[in-house]
Amino acid sequence: MSSRAFQRIYTELEAITKATVTLRAQGVSNDELATVNGRLAQVVKIKGDLVTLQIFSGTEGIPTDADVLFFGKAPSLNVSENLSGRFFNAYGEPIDGGPAVEGEARQIGGPSVNPYKRRQPSELIPTGIAGIDLNNTLVSGQKIPFFADPDQPYNQVMAKVALRADVDKIILGGMGLSNDDYLYFRHEFESAGALDKIISFVNTTDQPPVERLLIPDMALTAAEYFAVDKNEKVLVLLTDMTLYADALSIVSNRMDQIPSKDSMPGSLYSDLAKIYEKAVQLPDGGSITIIAVTTLNDGDITHAIPDNTGYITEGQLFLRADTDTGKTIIDPFRSLSRLKQLVQGKKTREDHSQVMNASVRLYADAQNAKTKLENGFDLSDYDKRCLEYAKDYAVNILSIDVNISIEEMLNTAWALFAKHFDRTETGIKDALVEKYWPDGSK
Amino acid sequence: MKTTGIVTGIISNLVTVRIDGHVSQNEICYIDIDGTKLMAEVIKVTGKNAFVQVYESTRGLKQGNTVEFDGHMLEATLGPGLLSSCYDGLQNNLTTMEGVFLKRGEYTDPLDHGKLWHFTPIAKPGDKVSAACWIGEVKEGWLPHKIMVPFSFKGEYTVESVSAEGDYKIDDKMAVLVDAQGEKHVVTMVQKWPVKIAIGGYVEKPRPYRIMETGVRVIDTFNPIAEGGTGFIPGPFGCGKTVLQHAIAKQGDAEIIVMAACGERANEVVEIFTEFPELVDPHTGRKLMERTTIICNTSNMPVAAREASVYTAMTICEYYRAMGMKALLLADSTSRWAQALREMSNRMEELPGADAFPVDLSAIISNFYSRAGIVKLKNGQTGSVTFIGTVSPAGGNLKEPVTESTKKAARCFYALEQNRADQKRYPAVNPVDSYSKYLEYPEVVEFLNAKISRNWVDNVAKAKNLVRRGKEVAEQINILGDDGVPVSYHEQFWKSELIDFVILQQDAFDRIDAITPLERQRYMLELVLKVCDASFNFDDFDQCRSTYKNLINTFRQMNYSEFNSEKFNGYLGQINKIIANE
Repeated sequence: MSSRAFQRIYTELEAITKATVTLRAQGVSNDELATVNGRLAQVVKIKGDLVTLQIFSGTEGIPTDADVLFFGKAPSLNVSENLSGRFFNAYGEPIDGGPAVEGEARQIGGPSVNPYKRRQPSELIPTGIAGIDLNNTLVSGQKIPFFADPDQPYNQVMAKVALRADVDKIILGGMGLSNDDYLYFRHEFESAGALDKIISFVNTTDQPPVERLLIPDMALTAAEYFAVDKNEKVLVLLTDMTLYADALSIVSNRMDQIPSKDSMPGSLYSDLAKIYEKAVQLPDGGSITIIAVTTLNDGDITHAIPDNTGYITEGQLFLRADTDTGKTIIDPFRSLSRLKQLVQGKKTREDHSQVMNASVRLYADAQNAKTKLENGFDLSDYDKRCLEYAKDYAVNILSIDVNISIEEMLNTAWALFAKHFDRTETGIKDALVEKYWPDGSK
Repeated sequence: MKTTGIVTGIISNLVTVRIDGHVSQNEICYIDIDGTKLMAEVIKVTGKNAFVQVYESTRGLKQGNTVEFDGHMLEATLGPGLLSSCYDGLQNNLTTMEGVFLKRGEYTDPLDHGKLWHFTPIAKPGDKVSAACWIGEVKEGWLPHKIMVPFSFKGEYTVESVSAEGDYKIDDKMAVLVDAQGEKHVVTMVQKWPVKIAIGGYVEKPRPYRIMETGVRVIDTFNPIAEGGTGFIPGPFGCGKTVLQHAIAKQGDAEIIVMAACGERANEVVEIFTEFPELVDPHTGRKLMERTTIICNTSNMPVAAREASVYTAMTICEYYRAMGMKALLLADSTSRWAQALREMSNRMEELPGADAFPVDLSAIISNFYSRAGIVKLKNGQTGSVTFIGTVSPAGGNLKEPVTESTKKAARCFYALEQNRADQKRYPAVNPVDSYSKYLEYPEVVEFLNAKISRNWVDNVAKAKNLVRRGKEVAEQINILGDDGVPVSYHEQFWKSELIDFVILQQDAFDRIDAITPLERQRYMLELVLKVCDASFNFDDFDQCRSTYKNLINTFRQMNYSEFNSEKFNGYLGQINKIIANE
């Protein structure tokens, strides 16, 4: 970012904290960008002629006589078709060695879509993973996070989902990504030959945490350009939103704000909602779908970050290690896609929702049988069959390494029913059982 | 002369303004930023500094920007055309806005000033009238929308003239009133009222004495809400708060429904836009949208307007109440409103209360709930505002300030339970913890027994007791094992399961089961209690379980069948046979 002619340089700081500096300046506007000794900063507070700046990369080594330059505009991103296939940092600067992107400069964190102008999401996003497509079907315009413990392969699952999804653009917002994971994403995207439809904004762990706050807005500004201006279907991946929220709490702490639950700022709900609510089905066919990752602390969903996220997003996908089969599975009980009924049976086969409910119910029966077994009670024949079914179900349906079409998922489920149960035990409507029950079984 | 000022400080949407004259608390002002006017509200004044909360993004705002004060508080515009509308929290009409995105500083008129309404006079020249008296009416859809003496008129007036029957626009002169000093006042179809102040103009506010039917069994049968009553629904995410609220909105026996989507998901509002114009009101056969107003301030819209949205919604309800109508206000969710208060309190550096919420949170909530109620109007008719709010407790823990404050203010409590939701027992209202204080009102008990059946309230108490008892024995069976307890324990347990599956659980997505009229609720409760009273003499718990499983299945088929239809009676026959055989 270059300086303008006759720009006034301030050189006297009044105060320095770990993340902010304060100085006397005139004519400064709220949210405006500035540089402090070359480091990018943003106006967060104006009180009389005292202006407080948040320095994204931290204040280490900033002297009280630092040069402060105001830009007169809020953070923005140059948007054009040339964004495709590129990797950027949190400020929207290329990190792939390529040239800067020319295009219209758009302020990030722009206005919301008029709710009256939204359309009801109705397009299915198939992923090939049965734990998602069969049990928790995704719909374009939806916002949904993976809730996962840090040791689970959430980034791998997300990369898989993104590359299989039938979308025009994939935009990755990486916050506090480890360098290894960044390289993993890069490698996956390159080897899939899909680089031309992918745009990445990445902040890695070795970069300052406060910079992360820019990532979702950068990614979503690019997403809005393609969805609104170009009517494209855009999938936005945000990982890891827990680290984003942590950065929020750092800033609010430095600003002397009173923390609410779990030392998170009181505005956490609104801050997260502003990001997730960018997911939208637009009237002209474009859409923004957001798949995020929220890492949990030992599966605790009552912590303020997953809790507020759950109230905002349209469901959540739980990853769990299944000890009986050694597979990582999409937990059918705690996962939920709130929009699934908009497509199940409408865009998929008629038996979809009945098969889903029956298969999960039988899996629940297996869990009860397991509890019985652990408590030393006797197992009935039905209990034993449930346990056998549960193993098959985990391997062939719930496991994240499944990659089949929805039709095949439904057929697999019917085959499992036929293998372990008789017709009445599934509790599925008679008409569907007649039509889909595999021949030659009980 | 209007007071003006200049911006001296900005922290997010809290702006300090140095003023050159007098301002009042909660006065509205407009901040000029390069020709765009941003609406804001005064929330604190110290000396020559007014602290205002801006209802929009303050990006680009500078020290030195000019501010003009408007001389009044945030007002709702009231008149024919409110129904079927969709507003934001400040009552801007969302349907007439240009473009896909909300533009900062774009304010649209709530009402259509060009539309003609057919007016019929009620008052005659010479009549003595006062605030909220009816002057005439227009048909708004199929509802008689009363044109009233503005609520702000104090004292008594004499009607000088009323316009003749005919078609008029909302700004036309509908009547001329003369006050005690002989001064003339023109009345049109529109009036304004500050949203933070309750609309009066009624004679008295008696205790609620009749119930409002919702068609939801767990509410109507177990814990009914009174017409003019208050209730709240707390629950963790994924427990079906919104589905339950939408069910009440679709089926509630009210003439006016106002839905305030306060800080929740935009796609949920889209669902209302998509469905309500198609769905039919079961009480009148008209389209649902005709009786509905949506106030929508979703979670990504400016935070400060969240607070305004619930007040705007309440004011519209009170306006229709003054016309003698039954209004129902649904707010989803009041926690988001409380969070907006918290954000602002925090920026003003006030000393925080529990969980950093402002200390007067409890007072603000109870003040708001107290605006609901049934009222006796000056002409002897009644009108009512019933209010049901949802609460989103952090971490699903009900021991948090918003839930606790609301519990003190609301008379009905519908606790949604994670455990029931996990078992897909919807609506996931906990039958034991939930309550309706109205069941303690003798006048409500009398009303219920007269309207439904002589021993209705006793029957409900009996059913509740069976559920409670069932829960207790279930724990013992879990500890001691199926064989470790007498068969009578199993029978107790299955009786409560029967009530749970047949009365408490209800399929909100099934056309017939979704709505159960009171008459059918009476019938089903009596039938279930008949089964519970029957003596089966089971040999063992297996027989008990299979008999009750069979009963539950048959009862559920009954719930899915048209009341008193052939199919329904067929299932009834099966049930009677099971009872007789054993």
